[in-house]
Amino acid sequence: MTNDVIRLLGRKDLFIQGDDAAVYGALIADCRFFAGYPITPATEVAEGMALWMPKLGGVYVQMEDEIASIAAVIGASCTGVKSMTATSGPGFSLMQECIGYACMAEIPCVIVNVQRGGPSTGQPTEAAQGDVMQAMWGTHGDHQIIALAPKSVQETLDLTIEAFNLSEDYRVPVILLLDAEIGHMREKVVLPEVVNVKVDERVPATIGPDKYRPYRTGFTRTSKVPEFAPFGSGYRTYVTGLTHDKRGFPVTTSADVHEELVRRLIEKVQDDMDVIWYHEDLFLDDAEIIVISYGTTSRPAVSAVKMARKSGIKVGHIRLITIWPFHYEKMKELLKNAHTIIVPEMNLGQMVHPIRETVGKDIKVISAPKIGGAIHTPYEILKCIEEE
Amino acid sequence: MGFISNDIIIEKYLRKDMLPTIFCTGCGIGSVMNYALRAIHDLNIDMNETVFVSGIGCSSRVPGYIYSDGLHSLHGRAIAYATGVKLANPKLKVIVFTGDGDCGAIGGNHFLHAIRRNVDITVISINNFIYGMTGGQVAPTTPLNSKTTTTPYGNIEYPIDLSMMAKVIGAPYVARWTTAHPVQCISSIKKALQKTGFSFVEVLAPCPTSYGRLNKMGNTLDMTKHFKESTINIKLYEKMLADGKTTDKMVIGELVDIEKEDFNTKYNKFCGELK
Amino acid sequence: MIHVNTNYCKGCLLCVEYCPKKVYVKSEKLSKKGVFPPEVKFPENCIKCHLCELMCPDFAIIVEDKDDK
Ligand SMILES: Cc1ncc(C[n+]2csc(CCOP(=O)(O)OP(=O)(O)O)c2C)c(N)n1
Ligand code: SF4
Ligand code: SF4
Ligand code: SF4
Ligand SMILES: [Mg+2]
Repeated sequence: MTNDVIRLLGRKDLFIQGDDAAVYGALIADCRFFAGYPITPATEVAEGMALWMPKLGGVYVQMEDEIASIAAVIGASCTGVKSMTATSGPGFSLMQECIGYACMAEIPCVIVNVQRGGPSTGQPTEAAQGDVMQAMWGTHGDHQIIALAPKSVQETLDLTIEAFNLSEDYRVPVILLLDAEIGHMREKVVLPEVVNVKVDERVPATIGPDKYRPYRTGFTRTSKVPEFAPFGSGYRTYVTGLTHDKRGFPVTTSADVHEELVRRLIEKVQDDMDVIWYHEDLFLDDAEIIVISYGTTSRPAVSAVKMARKSGIKVGHIRLITIWPFHYEKMKELLKNAHTIIVPEMNLGQMVHPIRETVGKDIKVISAPKIGGAIHTPYEILKCIEEE
Repeated sequence: MGFISNDIIIEKYLRKDMLPTIFCTGCGIGSVMNYALRAIHDLNIDMNETVFVSGIGCSSRVPGYIYSDGLHSLHGRAIAYATGVKLANPKLKVIVFTGDGDCGAIGGNHFLHAIRRNVDITVISINNFIYGMTGGQVAPTTPLNSKTTTTPYGNIEYPIDLSMMAKVIGAPYVARWTTAHPVQCISSIKKALQKTGFSFVEVLAPCPTSYGRLNKMGNTLDMTKHFKESTINIKLYEKMLADGKTTDKMVIGELVDIEKEDFNTKYNKFCGELK
Repeated sequence: MIHVNTNYCKGCLLCVEYCPKKVYVKSEKLSKKGVFPPEVKFPENCIKCHLCELMCPDFAIIVEDKDDK
């Protein structure tokens, strides 16, 4: 199938915008169902899917709102079809209840959020990173999602494929956090070689329908993820957002059943942190100051760090690619020799909180916020570095 | 028409370990479930390829008792979830169970748009005129002046008519009955299941615990009688209209039965043309 | 044979009301579930119309009917 996509696209070198890269990534990852609702700056994802899905035997449907979109995506995924939706802040807010459902019922799905300035309708065409906390904590109750933040158009394509893989492997919603900047920026993208593309599928039921219990664990590559029997496969499974036992049926007043389930939903992801957590680092060996960034902001951040190095400042850089779950242990290790940490974000300070929590009071953590639409300039970040 | 005995329904279609149901004494939801399963049995529908989808509410608990795939979604979202299931795997028979609040209030928009899209699903809405599960609050279907826990002085909002909405938006099959019309219900559900496109069957059902109690309507027997008395068959109603007479009674019967190409057929047509 | 499953029966008495042959009466005795289930008082009158099974919201009645097995 990946072959088909690359053949259909006609060439391997493309000059496209981030929203399109999310589309191509999804096609390559075998996504065959898209439901969405137009919203700037994510509309181009829907438009791309509307164009491609019918050519690849997939389904595109424009729903009546974002709640319906994510609901249809979850329904489609229950039949075993890889499914995606794309939106921006206002739509992402509407989707939260269903995202919690996907966490609870363990239905894989990918949600692209091309962030714009908020709150509310805010700045439709301006970039922001204001939904970082919402991505993790937008839906109610304890839970764990995975969120990835690409810094370029190429990485948007690569991480969209990865988002599907993680979603299938862990049966968890994966949120791809873009922003208006990357979504609408055009860059050169090279499609991956077919042989190099890894496309994961959720693990099917390993025993017959008579013995199958939809939420038993211990039979997949990550042992806390249950096997999956799609609707229509004869397994006759019941899927609910209520607290359920291993058979999948509601048990709503037992503290034990609830705690076992909710803890597992979190642990199935967090136990595999070392596999799930992607980052990049630069000049950390002797770094006393470390700039931590993610997504678009990493572009000026890296430039600033390089400029500061030229003038002899011992500064390093960490780029979070997997932004949720947050790898406290690894970050503690990476940050232990720094005396100052600078966190530039296109919000008034969100990711800075888990970072402060990681290092405690021993290391100074400075938030370098910027909102309104323009991304940080390297000089703004450089100034923060020089002041330390 | 001959009817089969319940043991066949229980053996073939129910999850026995989940019985008895959580529904209150005399609640009409169980009857509607029974009628639906009998319709399925008569049509010899393969339960391995049938998915029951529901929202949240007493009515939405039905799929949990049926031995097939079941998707107990969120309050109001059943039809949107069902749309995803049906479009992603058109081979599946998709049947939605939804309450009047689930379908007409929080899920009202999905209801309208699934009809507009003409998604090939069957929606069975159990209308008990109230929010049963949460203990009897006003619903969009609650009649004027009725008492509920949130309209202690009587309901001042005009109710909506789910079946008329379905008809106006263009659903190819719409029928409304009460639980006191088992034969008609089964026959309409059968027609609905055979219809390609959006089919809607509304069943007026007693909720003695909330609606009955708060409105001093007595037990389920009294309520069932009341349903019979306060409804009028469409055929009779049309005759009345022709004679220049009118009535406040709720019209029941087969309200729409037309042919209309559904979403999947249209979609597949242009996909075919693209190849 | 008519079986009333007192495990499922919730005592709504729809069966008593809707049986055209008045086969059932309300039992005098409380069931394990704490309700008054129907008592099959006149089984010989049963015409196997299955209406009681249809009307029962709780799948509690089975009217044996060799023909459909
Ligand atoms: C988003 C959301 N809002 C509110 C509720 C609470 N709630 C559960 S069921 C229900 C109403 C059910 O009424 P109806 O759909 O008529 O079903 P019934 O119980 O009467 O069968 C409500 C308000 C909820 N579960 N989710
Ligand atoms: S509250 Fe009403 S609708 Fe709910 S189970 Fe009881 S009688 Fe039925
Ligand atoms: S089958 Fe008919 S006649 Fe016999 S008990 Fe039931 S309702 Fe009465
Ligand atoms: S109709 Fe069913 S639940 Fe009601 S009394 Fe008769 S057997 Fe019991
Ligand atoms: Mg209701």
